[in-house]
This record gives sequence, structure tokens and C-alpha cells, in this order.
Amino acid sequence: MFGGFTLEELGSIFAMQAFSGLILFSVFLLMALGLAIIFGQMGVINMAHGEFMILGAYMTYLTSNVFEQYVPLLFSAYFFVAMAIAFVVSGALGLAVEWLLIRRLYARPLDTLLATWGLSLIMQQAFRSIFGAREVGVQLPNWMMGSLPVTDTIDVQINGLFVMGLTLVITGIVALLLFRSRWGLQVRAVVTNRTMSGAVGIDTRRVDRLTFGLGCGIAGVAGSAFTMIGSTGPTAGQLYIVDTFLVVVFGGAQSLLGTIASALTISQSQSTLEFFLSGSMAKVLTLLIVIGLLMLRPQGLFVLKVRR
Amino acid sequence: MGTAAVSAAALLPSAALAQQFPTAKVNTTGLAVTDTEVTVGILHSVTGTMAISETGSVQAEKLAIEQINASGGVLGRKIKFIQEDGASDWPTFAEKAKKLLVNDKVASVMGCWTSASRKAVLPVFEQYNGMLYYPTFYEGLEQSKNVIYTGQEATQQIIAGLDWVAKEKGAKTFYLLGSDYIWPRTSNKIARKHIENFLKTKVVGEEYFPLGHTQFNSVINKIKLTKPDVIYAIIVGGSNVAFYKQLKAAGVDLNKQTLLTISVTEDEIDGIGGENIAGAYACMKYFQSLDNPNNKQFVGAFKKMWGEKTVIGDVTQAAYLGPWLWKLTVEKAGSFDIDKIAAASPGVEFKEAPEGYVKVHENHHLWSKTRVGRAKTNGQYDLIFETADLVEPDPFPKGYQ
Repeated sequence: MFGGFTLEELGSIFAMQAFSGLILFSVFLLMALGLAIIFGQMGVINMAHGEFMILGAYMTYLTSNVFEQYVPLLFSAYFFVAMAIAFVVSGALGLAVEWLLIRRLYARPLDTLLATWGLSLIMQQAFRSIFGAREVGVQLPNWMMGSLPVTDTIDVQINGLFVMGLTLVITGIVALLLFRSRWGLQVRAVVTNRTMSGAVGIDTRRVDRLTFGLGCGIAGVAGSAFTMIGSTGPTAGQLYIVDTFLVVVFGGAQSLLGTIASALTISQSQSTLEFFLSGSMAKVLTLLIVIGLLMLRPQGLFVLKVRR
Repeated sequence: MGTAAVSAAALLPSAALAQQFPTAKVNTTGLAVTDTEVTVGILHSVTGTMAISETGSVQAEKLAIEQINASGGVLGRKIKFIQEDGASDWPTFAEKAKKLLVNDKVASVMGCWTSASRKAVLPVFEQYNGMLYYPTFYEGLEQSKNVIYTGQEATQQIIAGLDWVAKEKGAKTFYLLGSDYIWPRTSNKIARKHIENFLKTKVVGEEYFPLGHTQFNSVINKIKLTKPDVIYAIIVGGSNVAFYKQLKAAGVDLNKQTLLTISVTEDEIDGIGGENIAGAYACMKYFQSLDNPNNKQFVGAFKKMWGEKTVIGDVTQAAYLGPWLWKLTVEKAGSFDIDKIAAASPGVEFKEAPEGYVKVHENHHLWSKTRVGRAKTNGQYDLIFETADLVEPDPFPKGYQ
């Protein structure tokens, strides 16, 4: 397995794999954050999460086109505008969906699963009708491409760094909101005991709506970031959704820390295995590890004590 | 014979031609053929994950049908088509194929893309004796009297491409990459045999990724370490976008690092972005940029029908051949009967094909040229090599299995 590599090469292999693993970790965390918040707080499994991501990706595509056409001078900065637009549009759609659809189904968790799945199909078809069945190419500003050479054999990818930084910022904001804001306090109260929270005057409906909107908005930003590394097509959301669910379920669904730990475990094992085995084998083994651990801890890595 | 019949047919008004070939005589098996109309089927995915790829095929087939109708139809009969959606789901493909053959009695079907969908409909076509025109390049190892394969099989695409890169680039080491299903695995098996046994060079890595995989950083690290002369990539679909973007981000310059693919057409480049793949080589039989009068006409007609922004990839052109080859075969056989068409197919020539002259082989595949193109930032390929002669199709190559 280590044959054929010198000690120095092995050193850079591990350095580069560790970096790849960190990028993968950031990607997983970005994908899973929105889903985890919604599931943790409302118990709603949002099957349309992938489509909210792709909505963000399409917003980035539109923004890049607008910038290219009307303000080519500012093209190198368009990405930040695009992320903001992606957040607002996905978040707004999330609020609307919550109001139109989800809030009518709170007592019936399985129905929310079906309803959001239907929503995902509707959104896919809408993307197809509006943007066409083929993938669209999102052009990136030049500064985001390429890599910084650290040593002869080790390169650090700029867009990898960008995704990592973005993940850090968003996770930080979510943590601040959850643990330092009034809304966060209410969310934590509702998670612990929904009925009692309602009884002490927390508007649980409003908390739910905000949570859903925020979760969808984060999905939009994630989608915007993924245009750097992935494809943007009507069904591309499906590519991400399995990994996303894996991270959330493995993490224990109700805690931010669980999501982070789970994303880290899955990404590092996958990235390490990928180097020494093949891509498909790494995926299979990662799945087996997750299944094995879930058999030991069906509730996931981290669990909140919840009063029911 | 085929061409003589066509030119005779072109001189006659279509009604007279239809009288000359009375329905009872040209259709003895109860197909959907009347004195004025003949019905064919189009069976592709317009929903689901394959819709992205198969849309172009549907467009090309509709264009061919429209052009054939405008030039007088088939034996004086206008082509009507029934379109069914395979929905990227193989059992659905089989079910819809049965519906087209049994309920609609279509005279032929243009359709399928993935090998999985073709394998699913094959028993249906054999059982109910239909005729399928299949447009995708594929792994070979198949031959049926009920199918005409209008794309390349593995040896026509892989071997000529590897020979070219070995000779032109002096390549000694290869890294094979692919998506994890039948076509890339079988194709790479043939490639590996050719690299090791015939070119006497080396494969330094071989790897497969699940369909839809979007994280290629690890394998890119491995490629950077093993420094292969050629990256031989046959990843399919949306994964390509991720792969080429990450390759570029990792600082792999395709103008210095040779990359050969047989799975990225102009369609995929639309999503990848020309700037991410510029410099890569692709080996197939058709590029939109081919400079010949047939192709200029075809590209012009296609864009007029489907919009200026559409692009035409290898499979789209192969799909366009389907209705035309069928028309030529029907006219050669003087009949719509499936058995007569199957028997008449070998030797059918289509001189006006956009890719240039093609001919149907006895094994129901096409003779075709192998071409290598180089991707440009505008999403088109520059033709840089083509075989002097048509390559004989050989779906069951000896020494490669």
C-alpha cells in the first residue's frame, strides 16, 4: 500500500490528503447545516434541501451573467453579491414554502417527508423549464482558480481555502444565532419541549418559520459555493442529498456539534480511504463504518436530552 | 442499389411513389403504415438524470424526420412519430418499448442512450421483432439483428485514440479514470489490454467513482504524484463538471498535462465551462466544428430548429443518422417489414451524413472514422487528427476480453 513512495512523498501525500479531507469536511458541513437546523428544531425532513442548494447555484449563474454583461469591471467580486442573493432568494422561498405547505403538516411528520419530496420534483421541473435540461456553466473569477504552491509536491487550492473560510463564517454565525440570540434561545426551548415553550408564550410558529427560512437560505449559500466545484443542472441537487442525509443522521440531527463531528468523521475517513483504495471502495467502506456506528448508537453521535 | 432507388424516388411525386408501393405489399406484418403515413417511435429520457444527455438525441431525430418529410417521406409516406419517455429508468424503457411495438406497431424506434437502457429493451425488441436505432458510442460485446448501432463501439474509439496519443505524445504511462458502471469499466478493460499488450506501455493507476460523484481531490493528488503521461478520463454526466473544475483549481494545466477523454462532448462542455477543459483531447467520431459541406448544412439546420445557443455533440449526430439510415434501408428493401430491413441493412450507405460517408457493416454497426479533437475555451473542438480510412467495427475484438 505504501510501496513505491519515498518517505518525503508519503509526507506530502498525508499533507495533501489532510487538506482534501478538510475541503470535503467543509463541503459536507455546508450541505448539512441547513438540513440539520430544520430537522433538529422542527422534526421536518426537508427532501427538497438539494433543490434549495441548486436554486442558490442558479442564482450565482444569473448573477455572473449580469455582472459579465453590465459591469465587467466588477466581475472579480461578483461572487460575494451572488452569495447574498442566493441566501435571500432561497431563504424567501423557504419562508413561503413554510407558510404554504409545511405549517399545515406539523402534526404529521411522514406527510412533510412526502410533501417536501413533491416540492423537490416541482422545483426540478421548474429549473428545467426555466434554465433548460442541460447543465449551465458558471464562470468563476480568475482569482478563485489555481493553487498556491507550498512545497514542490504540496499545493493548496484557492477555492478549497475559500470554501473552508466560508464554512467557518457560516458555522460561526449559526452558532452565534443559536447560543447568543433571542431566536436561538427560543429554538433551543422549542427543541427541548415544544408544548411547554408554547405555554410560556413563545410563538413556536414564528420560530419554526424563521428556522425553515434560515435553513433554506444556508442551503442557497452552500449551492452558490458549490458552483466552484460541482455541476449546476436541474437534478444536480440529488447528487448532494444522500451525503447530506448521511451527515445529519450520523451526527444525531439535533446538535450543531453533532453535525460538525459527523461531517469531520465521514470526510476524513472517506478522504484517507480514497487515497489508498479506489473511489468507489472508499464510499462503500465509509457507508459501512457509518452503518456500523449507527447500529451501536442508533440515535447518532451526539444527542440532546429532550423532555417529551 | 440503395442510391439508385433514392434518386428514382426523388424524381417521383410522393403520391405516385406511394401508389407504386401499395401498403399491402410493403407491410405484410401489420405495422403502423397506411397509404400516406408511417409511424415510428422515439424513446429517450426527457425526465430524470439522463434528460440532460438525451435531449440532444431527441432534437436530432426530430430534425431528421422533418427533413425526410420535407423531401417526400419514406416510400411516399410521411413519417409520424410517437414519443415516449424512458424517464432515466430502465424498467420504464422496457415497458415503453413494448408499448411502442405492441400497441402502436411502430415501424422502427430511435432511442436509448445508456447501455443499461439498451440492455433493458433488447429482449423486448427481439421478442416482438422491432427495429431499434441506437445512437450512443458504447462498450461493444453485443450484436442483434433488431438493432442498428449508429455510434462507435469500443475498438473504433479507444484503440485508434490510444495509438494516436502513444505516437504523437510519446506517452508511456497512463492513468485510467471512470464512472463506476458497465461502459467505463469495459472500455477501460480494452484500453488496459491495448496499453499493456500492444503498446507495451504502463498503466500507473485505475480508478472508478460512483455516478454523480463530486469530490475528486484525492485522485487528483494521486495523479500529481504518479505524474502519468496521459490522464485517460471517461467520467460521465455531471461528475465531469466537478472533475474538470477541480483539476483546474488544483493547478493541473491541460496544455502541459495530456488528458484524453472519450466521454466529454460539446454538450458536457456547456456545463463544465470551456475555460476549465481547454487543451484536453477527445476521441470520438464527430465534432460540431467538422469542416465539410454536409456538416455545415446540418449544424445550420439544427440551430435554426432548436436555437442559436444549442451545441451538437457526437451522440447527437449519431442520433441524426438513425431516421436517415432507416429511410435508406426501407427504400433499399422496398418494404417496411422488419426482417427485410434487417437483411437489407448491411451495405446501406449514407453519403450525406454530417460526419461524412458512413456504411452499415454486416454486424449492424457503422464503419466510421476515428477523430481526435482538442477542446477550446469557446466550448468547441479543433479537429487535429482523423484516421485516413473508415475503421471497421468489431464488437467482439479478439485478445481484448
